[in-house]
Amino acid sequence: MSYFRAENLSLHFGGLKAVDSVSFAVEKGEILSIIGPNGAGKSSIFNLISRIYPPTSGKIFFEDQDITEQPAYEIAGLGIARTFQNIELFENATMLSNLLVGRHRHSSTQLWQELLFLPSVRAGEKLHRRRVEQVIEFLDLEAYRDKLISGLPYGVRKVIELARALCSEPKLILLDEPSSGLNVEETGDMSFWIRDMKTELGITVLMVEHDMTLVNRVSDRVIALNYGRVLAMGSPSEVQRHPDVVAAYLGA
Amino acid sequence: MRFMFKTDYEDDITLFPHSGYIVTYGVLLAFLLIAPFVLSSYIVSQLVFVFIYATVGVGLMILTGFTGQASLGHAAFLAIGAYSAAYLQQFNVPFPVYFLVGGLLTGVVGAMVGFPALRLQGIYLVIATISFAFIVEEILARWESVTHGNEGMRVKALQLLGTTVSRDSPSFYYLCLAVLFLTIIGTLNLLRSPTGRAFVAIRDSETAARSMGVNVSLYKVKSFAISAAITGFAGVLFAHKLSFISPEMFTLQLSIEFIIVILIGGAFSPHGAVLGAIFIVMIDPFLTYLKDDLPVIIAGIAATFGADSITAGKIHGNVAAIASANGLKGAIYGVIIVLFVLFEPLGLYGRWLKIKLFFQLFPLYKRATFKRQKIYVKSERNR
Ligand SMILES: Nc1ncnc2c1ncn2[C@@H]1O[C@H](COP(=O)(O)OP(=O)(O)O)[C@@H](O)[C@H]1O
Ligand SMILES: [Mg+2]
Repeated sequence: MSYFRAENLSLHFGGLKAVDSVSFAVEKGEILSIIGPNGAGKSSIFNLISRIYPPTSGKIFFEDQDITEQPAYEIAGLGIARTFQNIELFENATMLSNLLVGRHRHSSTQLWQELLFLPSVRAGEKLHRRRVEQVIEFLDLEAYRDKLISGLPYGVRKVIELARALCSEPKLILLDEPSSGLNVEETGDMSFWIRDMKTELGITVLMVEHDMTLVNRVSDRVIALNYGRVLAMGSPSEVQRHPDVVAAYLGA
Repeated sequence: MRFMFKTDYEDDITLFPHSGYIVTYGVLLAFLLIAPFVLSSYIVSQLVFVFIYATVGVGLMILTGFTGQASLGHAAFLAIGAYSAAYLQQFNVPFPVYFLVGGLLTGVVGAMVGFPALRLQGIYLVIATISFAFIVEEILARWESVTHGNEGMRVKALQLLGTTVSRDSPSFYYLCLAVLFLTIIGTLNLLRSPTGRAFVAIRDSETAARSMGVNVSLYKVKSFAISAAITGFAGVLFAHKLSFISPEMFTLQLSIEFIIVILIGGAFSPHGAVLGAIFIVMIDPFLTYLKDDLPVIIAGIAATFGADSITAGKIHGNVAAIASANGLKGAIYGVIIVLFVLFEPLGLYGRWLKIKLFFQLFPLYKRATFKRQKIYVKSERNR
């Protein structure tokens, strides 16, 4: 049985089939990239997994458990974290608070304990902070701890969003276009981090990406998508040579 | 300038980051503790109102400032607290009991308002909370067997530890101060805990909050409940301070005053609630001053500039007419809201922080320090 599996997943917006009967599996510890032209339905697949939308039909399995009916907020609790194509950070909070929200699934304190800030809450806060600091170190974010997100440049926000996802200590991470809007150097850093996430942190990565250099550098396997359907699946070079994929990119 | 060297994670958790805070707040607290003995009874009485309004302000701030859910129904929560006190008092229920019941009952009602509010946002939520407040007002006016309808209810002086605490006594002042103090401490504790961060997360992006594992509905209801409960506690004190309550005291205007408290003070820090409360409590004496003294003063100025007694009399009459016009208070509120939203969205407390920074950095302060830079535009959102 696969680690993560989507079975005949569909999402229709009225007559538009954003995702059309897509099936694929992710093996534990691999980096799987989804490529495809704009509007192919890549982000929609992520939105189905994190249950921003309920699927029109199909099923999603994670660690042999059917998670298709789980409420959105429980997906993180299962160990699936994500980033967003257009960055969804908590704008009017500091980077530290943003990252600490990433720890939410690990906090277990009760409201009355928090109102009194009992020693158990304090101990929990310190533990969360220690974990957050590890992520800050991993992603070189030391300079921004007390900075408000609304004042930070795009490239930094992109990394902070990745950091927030890592703070939840996920087993599977969904990255929606991690390099979009980044310059060449930042994209290079990003590719190292993604590889490190796999090798050092043991996280399985499912990623949507346009930058083929990045895709080739980090991916174990690639899925090509167009009009909500899977065109090809396989190693990065296989998929890029596939005639349907070439045609889709050339607009034929 | 003060440089802070943090050596422990504790430094980011603590309520008082450096000794300066302890000194400032210590002096403030000491002053407030001796105030009943050195200030006039009128000012002390006004301070009690400041404490009560500030308590409500902190409650509203949790919901609106931190969770991003607007409410124009907090007068109703205040009413529920106040009427619980007045009602239970008739059966000789001791003060600590009806104080707790008043707050908790209001909290439960708050949670019940929170549920339907889950599906509403922005202006629709405002309308829903206004409607809720109207319903409560109607119930208070109609449910005569409990509330005595429009006749209102008398509230006896409260009994605590076998003594009578009159509404103008220093003890009552201390009680209100203590409630405000505990409310602020509790709120600050909440804000440095997972729940407070979940509130802020919901305010800034529900989608992201959910994807990080925050049960958005649950936390919104929690926020409503906490906010309402705090307001309910304040309501019990409010009833005692006024010693008489009736439905027309808890109208939309009062809810608007609470919004002004956090809007003017600043919705993101309890400091703001206190500053806003001072402002709103001061506005009544200020209007009285306008009515009584301003016409005389302006007519006097006109006379010194050579106006004859008839013209001066006319000016006196006109100014008096404007100053005592009906709805002047409402108009002033309106202007204040517009000005603050436009020019000082962070409120008086935000302004104070800027002034403080100006002096800390002097002469290196840059004009652009607080200019918000637009760095990129969110083109589309995954809503
Ligand atoms: N909320 C929505 N309502 C209607 N159509 C949508 C919505 N979200 C996405 N779509 C459409 O679904 C298709 C796939 O979108 P998306 O998954 O964002 O593509 P991409 O592969 O570029 O990430 C597009 O045609 C898009 O216009
Ligand atoms: Mg996309």
